[in-house]
Amino acid sequence: MPHINLSNDFPGIRSLFVYRPETAAPLNALVQAMLHNPHPSLSAGERELIATYTSNLNTCFYCTNIHGAIAKHQLGNDAEIVKQVLANPDTAPVSNKLKALLKIAAKVQSGGKNVTDADVEFARSEGATDLDIHDTVLIAAAFCMYNRYVDGLATWQPNNGELYDKMGEQRAREGYLTPPKKVSEMELTGI
Amino acid sequence: MAHIALKNEELPGIVGLLNYRHETAKPLLDLAETLLRGPSSLTSGEREIIAASVSWWNQCHFCHTSHAAAAAAHLDSGLNLINDIKAGLPNTEVSDKLRALLNIAHQVQRAGKNVTDADVAAAREQGATDSEIHDTVLIAAAFCMFNRYVDGLGTWSPQPNEAYKEMGERMAFVGYGKS
Repeated sequence: MPHINLSNDFPGIRSLFVYRPETAAPLNALVQAMLHNPHPSLSAGERELIATYTSNLNTCFYCTNIHGAIAKHQLGNDAEIVKQVLANPDTAPVSNKLKALLKIAAKVQSGGKNVTDADVEFARSEGATDLDIHDTVLIAAAFCMYNRYVDGLATWQPNNGELYDKMGEQRAREGYLTPPKKVSEMELTGI
Repeated sequence: MAHIALKNEELPGIVGLLNYRHETAKPLLDLAETLLRGPSSLTSGEREIIAASVSWWNQCHFCHTSHAAAAAAHLDSGLNLINDIKAGLPNTEVSDKLRALLNIAHQVQRAGKNVTDADVAAAREQGATDSEIHDTVLIAAAFCMFNRYVDGLGTWSPQPNEAYKEMGERMAFVGYGKS
């Protein structure tokens, strides 16, 4: 049960957005700018993989599943890439640049100061730009916030792959600024 | 030297980063303004103490000192508050409710799932409301972001407490993203 009185209509961070619209607005604007808006050198799918990977390191079930689903839909409906990145980025079918950025994301997750000059140099040698490095650090840092927000208030995080897939499909298409659907209105086959 | 080439290397901590990327600066500043200065039953001084404490636990010198200086400005306490926050506030009069909320913030700093029913019940016993518990968790979570952003990109920060006096006053009385 959540630590505070939240709506049962929406899972995870969505129940918190309904609870406090004043903070929902900048939180949604931030995720839209980081993950969905056009980027010169990182695709939306790659940025969603960084978010999913960080959320998994923080063991946040809701964020890992929803961003994993969004990543899948951004990557041409390829669930296998997401699975492999979570299992082992080094052997996953992603670019060497993204592998190096995922290493930086893992360092940020364990503590900001853990990012070394060598980590940054390595990412640069794989083609990462300053903007790629900046955005990777900010995405990983931001998911250390979203994950703690979702778990720290013990939100409802249903264990239902179809739910995350439908929500993920909507976010991949529409971005983060459109209203969510109530779980009861999502016509899930298996809930 | 920061890990990336900033547009103005003289700007310390998060200030240089906000100046580097305006698209993300706006929601980050709006979030800080709402959390720390927006309407709330917690005072801005109390909320800045939560932000400064979390930043201390994350060992982020820039965020810790600047937000502690902002708390000192709100509370008109003098800059000694900065060192007292480091020590867990032995010499500052704060309510038992705030101490219980700081315990929740510390759990969030370690990991979201560390917050237990008992932590929340203890805060409620001291009078904390749902919205105060919500805001405490989100402030603590948000500073786990700001701290990692500032340190993960290797920004520089002034050392002495006195260097943060004016900055803290501006954060307290002018606000975030306001000039």
